Amino acid sequence: MTVQLAVRDLTVVYPAPGGGAFPALGPISFQIEAGTFVCLIGPSGCGKSTLIRLLGGLQSPTRGQAFLGESVIREPSRRVGLMFQDANLMPWRTVVDNIALPLELAGVSPVARTQSALALLPKLGLSAEFAQSYPAELSGGMAQRVALGRVLIQEPEVLLLDEPFGALDALTREQISFDLMHMWSTGGQTALMVTHNIHEALLLADRILVLSRRPGQLVADIAVTLPRPRRISDSYRDDFGVLAAAVRAAIQQT
Amino acid sequence: MHERILPKPMTNSSLPPVRTGQSWSALAAQFAPALLLLALLAAWQIVVWLQVYPPFIIPPPLAVWQKGVEVIADGTLWGHIQATMGAVVAGLAVGLAAAVGLGYLIAKNRVLDHALSPLIAAFQSAPVVAYAPLLVIWFGSGLTSKIVTSALIVFFPMLMNTVVGINSVPTALRDLMRSMQATRWQTFSKLEVPAAMPVLLGGLKISASLAVIGAVVGEFVNANAGLGYLINLARSQYDTPLVIVAVLALTLMARLLYSGVRLLENHTLAWQKRDRPQWK
Ligand SMILES: Nc1ncnc2c1ncn2[C@@H]1O[C@H](COP(=O)(O)OP(=O)(O)OP(=O)(O)O)[C@@H](O)[C@H]1O
Ligand SMILES: [Mg+2]
Repeated sequence: MTVQLAVRDLTVVYPAPGGGAFPALGPISFQIEAGTFVCLIGPSGCGKSTLIRLLGGLQSPTRGQAFLGESVIREPSRRVGLMFQDANLMPWRTVVDNIALPLELAGVSPVARTQSALALLPKLGLSAEFAQSYPAELSGGMAQRVALGRVLIQEPEVLLLDEPFGALDALTREQISFDLMHMWSTGGQTALMVTHNIHEALLLADRILVLSRRPGQLVADIAVTLPRPRRISDSYRDDFGVLAAAVRAAIQQT
Repeated sequence: MHERILPKPMTNSSLPPVRTGQSWSALAAQFAPALLLLALLAAWQIVVWLQVYPPFIIPPPLAVWQKGVEVIADGTLWGHIQATMGAVVAGLAVGLAAAVGLGYLIAKNRVLDHALSPLIAAFQSAPVVAYAPLLVIWFGSGLTSKIVTSALIVFFPMLMNTVVGINSVPTALRDLMRSMQATRWQTFSKLEVPAAMPVLLGGLKISASLAVIGAVVGEFVNANAGLGYLINLARSQYDTPLVIVAVLALTLMARLLYSGVRLLENHTLAWQKRDRPQWK
């Protein structure tokens, strides 16, 4: 197995408001093999978003290093797709133009990129009649599906997802994470997803990393051995319950 | 708890038929401005008949009409309209370009912001009408001083709107563009410009009216053509009908400019319009 993402002694210290240091993350070290789905769970404010931004090349660490494959992460990479809790769609662009944005920035022709975006709609669970809608006309779940499409269209090797469905209601959330799992299983990306939801983590992940209170450090690395393909009904299995208890125990330790 | 007898809710059947009611009020709304204008004209005519003021102070509507027809027919009005319009368009262009350019730099550069903001605040408080004579001294009584006056009056509000507009671009969207390796130019053209567009167009709407004021102020101070010049000239000759004709022409010009910007706005910001329910 090749290592796709790795962090070594990664530490982030923000300047404290009144002067002084505000340790936000780490030191933390872990590796993620190519093609695995890893979920990150930890208390609020422990540095999960900071970690995601670091891996996405949006900010740099105070100490330690983060690697994408062999190379140190210094800036955003085309091989990495980032998604946040808010859809962050551009309100002046239609659904299709929002999804096609990365291709547009990469210089793909209008016809080709529109075609790619339209082809993606059914996989995202979006009906074609919304292709020309503006974000204000979408529900929260649909907006997140569009945001997911915008990440997937550039066919990244790595998905960094920071509570992508955190703002959605439970039912929508379950459906959309299930759809994500399906897309991941056919796409084969390496994924690191922040979530507060144990159920969601167990449904999606091969591994669950549990972080401590701020500054977040690794307190547990739990392998999710449930067979794939998984179904929503898997949550009634006995081993699902055992794993859920283990994750909950690890979180309570923190 | 005591029982309360609530008034019976109004149902549709207790209302007059909706269709005729709506079309009547719609009809009234459509013709109200025209009726009001007619009433004003009538009042004007009555004042003239009563001979409260001599005709060189309040001329009869017909005299204004005839004067209008006369100056349109002999081409004088058109010449002055062109002179003013030229100054307005040029002033608007210069003022907008300078304001948006500098505004963008200020929004992006903290040092520049700190250096220029107090200066701009001070200059902005100076009324254009007051320093317009200076501009005429410096730039002469020709087109240039009118353009400069017009550009200056447009400059400050547009500058503010540009700074506010660019600063209002959400950080999350900036991060998004960064995560997609957008170039500087792409971030500018595909994020900053469209995101600031509502605020910029708001500024443009104000600027369009201000540009006309600026040009006329320039013409008032000293000029040899333009509607402001025509007003001054007509006034000195007690040609009140001509003053009124020129004022009306200016009003129309400002209104047309404003409508032009509105059209542009409706076209550019169509995405904003659609999220509200549409009423017929
Ligand atoms: N730019 C910044 N400057 C200073 N402090 C920051 C900055 N960004 C985050 N922090 C602080 O660092 C800590 C970690 O923030 P982060 O957003 O990474 O936490 P999180 O684990 O994602 O929290 P949540 O679960 O609530 O999303 C927080 O206490 C936060 O206040
Ligand atoms: Mg977070």
